[in-house]
Amino acid sequence: MSVLLRVTDVRKYFPIREGLFFRKEVGRVHAVDGVSLEVRAGETLGIVGESGCGKSTLARCITGLYPVTSGSIEFDGAPLGAKGFRRDVQMIFQDPYGSLNPRRRIGSIIADPLVIHRIGTKTERRRRVQELMELVGLNPEHYNRFPAEFSGGQRQRIGIARALALRPRLVVCDEPVSALDVSIQAQVINLLKDLQAELGLTYVFIAHDLSVVRYVSDRVAVMYLGRIVEIAPGEDLYKVPKHPYTNALLSAASVADPDLSARRERIILTGDVPSPISPPAGCRFHTRCPKAMPRCVAEDPRLTPEGEHQAACHFPVQPGEHLGAETPQIQQESTEPTVGRTESGVDDEPDRRGD
Amino acid sequence: MSLTDAATEAEHVPEQVAVVQGKGPWQLAWERLTRDRAAMVSLGVIAVIVLLAVLAPVFAAVTGHDPQEQFPSIGLSPQGLPIGPGSGFWLGADSLGRDLFVRLLYGARISLLVGLLSTLLATVFGVVVGMFAGFYGGWVDGVLARVLDVVLSFPYLLVAIVLVAALGAGVPLMIFVIAFFSFAAMARVVRGQTIAYREREFIEAARSLGAGKVRTMFVDVLPNLIAPVTVLATLLIPTSIVFEATLSFLGLGVDPRTPSWGAILADSIDFFRVSPGLLIFPAAMLLLTTLAFNLLGDGIRDALDPRSDRLHTRK
Repeated sequence: MSVLLRVTDVRKYFPIREGLFFRKEVGRVHAVDGVSLEVRAGETLGIVGESGCGKSTLARCITGLYPVTSGSIEFDGAPLGAKGFRRDVQMIFQDPYGSLNPRRRIGSIIADPLVIHRIGTKTERRRRVQELMELVGLNPEHYNRFPAEFSGGQRQRIGIARALALRPRLVVCDEPVSALDVSIQAQVINLLKDLQAELGLTYVFIAHDLSVVRYVSDRVAVMYLGRIVEIAPGEDLYKVPKHPYTNALLSAASVADPDLSARRERIILTGDVPSPISPPAGCRFHTRCPKAMPRCVAEDPRLTPEGEHQAACHFPVQPGEHLGAETPQIQQESTEPTVGRTESGVDDEPDRRGD
Repeated sequence: MSLTDAATEAEHVPEQVAVVQGKGPWQLAWERLTRDRAAMVSLGVIAVIVLLAVLAPVFAAVTGHDPQEQFPSIGLSPQGLPIGPGSGFWLGADSLGRDLFVRLLYGARISLLVGLLSTLLATVFGVVVGMFAGFYGGWVDGVLARVLDVVLSFPYLLVAIVLVAALGAGVPLMIFVIAFFSFAAMARVVRGQTIAYREREFIEAARSLGAGKVRTMFVDVLPNLIAPVTVLATLLIPTSIVFEATLSFLGLGVDPRTPSWGAILADSIDFFRVSPGLLIFPAAMLLLTTLAFNLLGDGIRDALDPRSDRLHTRK
């Protein structure tokens, strides 16, 4: 499969400024800090992570909404911003209420991309809009209504219709269903899947809901503090997660089966996510990792370069290994004097956040 | 990509799609406004004043009194004082024996003209400046915001006096002077609103579609500003009318011969003891007009912001 989107070592820092006049830069939020990934034509790449891990920032870098601080993004072999890029890459937004202009009619919102790119005559555009509305399961007769007259799910369909108007090749979905009711989520996700099959779309699908990502994604990337910690084909990731963070994340996901849920080992991480203003040195996860070793503080693990299943960890979790707090390994671990816990005086511990 | 293939693909779309017209926010606002009695009465008063102003020449013809013509023999008493209201002079005559009623109607023309045009000018200018300042931010905002601060801290009456002294009185000058001093208030409101909208997701959506900044401003931000701008503009009209009357009262407004409410009031100072109508009628016109516009502005604000409904009915 050919690579449609290549992201190479992308960093996005947001400066923090203080002062009334000179706006001196006092710090930087390391929102995305060295992310490399590939998206292949026709696949869905899921990106999961907690709030604040930089997944939405990454999405906005990919769609060109944010200029990157460093690194490169190539779409179809051409650098970001090349001609036609705005047509080929579209975005579906998280908030179905905020992403539609409340003062404009649906027809004109969906026709926006066509008008901006000067496509078709007025009647052609109208036809296309009605065709798109039908495509996403909206009644084309509602052409002249306002966003306030639609439910959340319907509004998200409007956003999808708008994103598809230019026949894009890559659609970046930034938590497209997290603002919707669960019953509506399924409808919208199935719509996205159907559209992918019908139109041959490639998706970058961002979510914090693991089960949603599992359902839609061919491959899944897990982000933590601006980095990708693990990337693997969907089933591999869910069945044999290698990174301790992925293990913890998966153990936190709810399971419908109560028996399975009871049997499952729950890994409870201690502490908070360190501040992205001063991220920890070495492995970003070492401050909370049950398997942390001195090497994790000293050396920043890279994603294993070979294979489909890559994890950025010095000590990947082996299948069958226990990470729970009661396991003997952890007790042994906690006697380690140099492990980067908060009280052990390691550089860049989370307490420095207040700086 | 062309739309020709889209059109062929769109064969399954019914040829004639019935259009379901949703009630727009404006339609809803209008419905709320029509339920507001004070606003509707005000609208009626404004309509009557506009009608009278438009029909001023007709009344001049009916009474046979040109607004500039002096009638020393019939308009003034033998002692040379202005006569009171009567069948010939409906609201009496002024100190020069001119028909007060006809002059008030012509004065309404000046007041409305100045009020509406200066507000229009201030609104257009204020919206553009405010939107650019708010949307672009950075140094554009810094420069424009400081300019607004300077304008707002100008001693406007002194500047008006200097300008009139330097350039000579006249309606166009007055419109520009009033617009210049009211656009800053509009620009400030628009700037604040624009900053609030700039961070909304639909603006980001427009950018991701490839919309330019100017297009985004006018297509996506502007429709959301119409409500506060309409309210403020309606409230600027009476302010401008009063401003005009003030300037005319001080003899700095329009050409002294042109009838203006402010000038008529200034004229009445020496005679209102013998002929109180000379003071009462123009003052009443001024009060009625500004009150009507203010009440209408309040009504429009309530109508455009349904959340204020509760407040309104509690009164």
